[in-house]
Amino acid sequence: MSSATDALLVLILLLNFFVLGSSRIRSIIYTIAAQGLLLGVLPLLVHESIGVREGLVSVGAIALKSVVIPRMLLRAMADLPIRREIEPLVGYRTSLLLGAAATGASMALAARLPLEIVHPPPLLVPASFATVLTGFIVLTTRTKAITQVLGYLMLENGIFIFGVLLLEAMPFLVEVGVLLDLFVAIFVMGIIINHISREFASVSTERLAELRE
Amino acid sequence: MRPIELILVAAALQACSGLPGLLGTGPSRWGERTAAAMFALAAALGMLGVLLPADGTDTPLSASWGLPGGDLAVAIDPVSRAFLLPVLLIPALGAVYGLGYWRQADHPTNGRKLRVFYGLMPAAMTVVVLAQNGIVFLMAWEVMAIAGFFLVSTEDDQRASREAAWVYFIAAHLGTLCLFGMFAVLHSAAGSFDFDAIAASRMAPPLTTAAFLLGLMGFGIKAGLMPLHVWLPGAHANAPSHVSAVLSGVMLKMGIYGLVRMTSLLPAPPTWWGGALLALGAVSAILGLVFAMAQHDLKRLLAYSSIENVGVITIGLGLALLGRSTGNPAWAVLGLGGAILHVWNHSLFKPLLFFGAGSILHGAGTRQIDHLGGLSRRMPRTAGLFLVGCVAICALPPLNGFASELLIYLGLLGTLDGQGGLPSAAAVVPVLALAGGLAAVAFAKLFGTAFLGEPRTETARHAHESPLAMILPMSVLAALCVAVGAFAAVLAPLLDRAIAGWWSAVGTQVPSVVEVSPLRWLPLTSAAIFLVSGVAIVALRRAMRTTAIRPGTWDCGYAEPSPRMQYTGSSFSQFAGSLFSWALLPRVDAPRIRGLFPPTGRFRSEVPDAVLDRMVLPSARLATHFLRWARVLQRGKIQIYMLYVLLTVLALFVSTFVL
Repeated sequence: MSSATDALLVLILLLNFFVLGSSRIRSIIYTIAAQGLLLGVLPLLVHESIGVREGLVSVGAIALKSVVIPRMLLRAMADLPIRREIEPLVGYRTSLLLGAAATGASMALAARLPLEIVHPPPLLVPASFATVLTGFIVLTTRTKAITQVLGYLMLENGIFIFGVLLLEAMPFLVEVGVLLDLFVAIFVMGIIINHISREFASVSTERLAELRE
Repeated sequence: MRPIELILVAAALQACSGLPGLLGTGPSRWGERTAAAMFALAAALGMLGVLLPADGTDTPLSASWGLPGGDLAVAIDPVSRAFLLPVLLIPALGAVYGLGYWRQADHPTNGRKLRVFYGLMPAAMTVVVLAQNGIVFLMAWEVMAIAGFFLVSTEDDQRASREAAWVYFIAAHLGTLCLFGMFAVLHSAAGSFDFDAIAASRMAPPLTTAAFLLGLMGFGIKAGLMPLHVWLPGAHANAPSHVSAVLSGVMLKMGIYGLVRMTSLLPAPPTWWGGALLALGAVSAILGLVFAMAQHDLKRLLAYSSIENVGVITIGLGLALLGRSTGNPAWAVLGLGGAILHVWNHSLFKPLLFFGAGSILHGAGTRQIDHLGGLSRRMPRTAGLFLVGCVAICALPPLNGFASELLIYLGLLGTLDGQGGLPSAAAVVPVLALAGGLAAVAFAKLFGTAFLGEPRTETARHAHESPLAMILPMSVLAALCVAVGAFAAVLAPLLDRAIAGWWSAVGTQVPSVVEVSPLRWLPLTSAAIFLVSGVAIVALRRAMRTTAIRPGTWDCGYAEPSPRMQYTGSSFSQFAGSLFSWALLPRVDAPRIRGLFPPTGRFRSEVPDAVLDRMVLPSARLATHFLRWARVLQRGKIQIYMLYVLLTVLALFVSTFVL
């Protein structure tokens, strides 16, 4: 069981790098949808006994993360005149290097973390931190509103990976964590609804700088 | 049902009272009527819960809710019973009052919003009083503060309302921050946020001192003690009047409740705690009224007088703490008994006065005292009820304000001949007496200028009486003022239990309030005063009927006296104000009169708030100037802010797990 989990987590980590290295928004959306699908399978592999709760979390995660939200994002891409390139503040190569550094740091950090859970799958905690950090890298180095959503989605994927560990200890927190997806959905709706009539090129968050005093 | 369940149902009813009205559209009135009905039902159920005898069913109600920091624990004990009475009664009366004062038809844009938050705030206050766990307490406290923000900014199209709401918001969060600190300190000592665990822990002085100071700051801001009152006048003046009534009558008391609860949890208070409370209370009592006296705005005057009343309550609490430090149960009984009785009394007469102020605003359309006049003929019911409130707030017998201040006076004087006599506590007596005198000046000015004489403006001339929905709650409050003034002894068992619960030291017999004070004699004095004043009024009337009024031939040279020749509110209080000009520092803009025939001039004066306008705002401006370099951090780019978040998280991780 453990080897399957680890293989899955390695795939998730690789998808992180794919997001950092890709220059097309559409392909990033597909990547994140794929990551969502893998995440949905994760609770089924980590826990020996699969009860109703694990099943529900798994189905909910797959439905939201790999179907509903990617579809909304694709619809936003189709409906609005968004340019397809990422327009990063930091180059792709630098982003990849940053991602590698973040993954390495996550490994180091996870080794030192005093966890109460006795035998977590070896890659699970590092993968969780690495995904969170990658989400942060996307959030800090990409300019467009829609890429902010993507970064947030990754951040939240990382939290979900960690949550899988806690599913038995603190089910409430994990379920609330699934609700974070709802927030992402509202985020996307906001982009679609508010800016549908406006020129979308201006929804780059750089324009927020004008609010500065 | 158990009492606690009844009260929780009442809180739920309050919280939901604004929701049905959200469904309806258009000017239909059923939304507001449902809200008032739900409030009335909540008050009835809650009162039943408070007054049901505590027959061993007061065990805490607790539920696990999966949050760190403890369970969702609520319980009702004698102290919370005492503070629940105003929380249940006043908002219900205010909801009825709102039917006439803030009709949906007149305020289509903000009526629904007002009612939602007007329901949420009392519900949150109920939970604050019931909470048995720091986390529950803080959550309810925060809901209360935020609901208050939306209530103060009800008229968010008005600049003054928005500004008052922001000042309130900042002050409220500063207070909450202090309370977070206080609970963190308590947690570090007790290892738990549960009140029982905190009370059972043997805390050492440096921790108790830190907790006391943080709590005094946090609760003092909410209660509006004098240097911490910055949010209070603006918020009370700019909120709708029934909201001001709840803010002043009930929400300030949550600060007092916090102080009472905190001092009951902390063991062995040193004497300087009581001294600090006495000093803060004395400053608030005097300066609150000095500023009240100098106000031109009806509701600001009432707001500053709330500061005075909170000061009186704090004096009582300080005395009670001194009693606990020195082992004198009698001081604690008189001090805390007077404080809680004054909490109730203030929550009766101050809402009555705010309702009256709203009635004036509704009928005459202005809050400026000097624009009013002659309203007693145009609004006779409001005038009569307002007069009751004025007499009560001046602590004159036979009304209720007298009963509670009597207890505090007796307690303070008792410190002179008690064991280990504390002349410093008795030194507060003249302060309290001076405050009483100033109250009389302030409210004589208010009532005289607004209701007596001739109208000073056209709007005041066309003032009209308010509808029954507004008069009725005022009548209830006025009747309660008279009743409590005479029969305060009936409330003694509630007070006794609260005091015993607060004292909580094993092995000491706490005497009853009626044993150490002459509350039982109040009906007699009330009857005597009513009798004498009734006889005097009849005699005066008869005497006046026989005297023919002869206008003087020259009449001081005024052929035609005009309303402008009347005393204004400012001129009435000028002498008393000049005694305190060192504190008031009024801004006066007066013409210089030269020669025999001076040109026309204008006189205006205003009294800025001593703390907010003279200290907080200038220092904030100074800070903005000097902190300009910090703007470097403010890039206005969301990416940079995310980077800050990331760096903070990483720094925390590294400092926790690596170093």
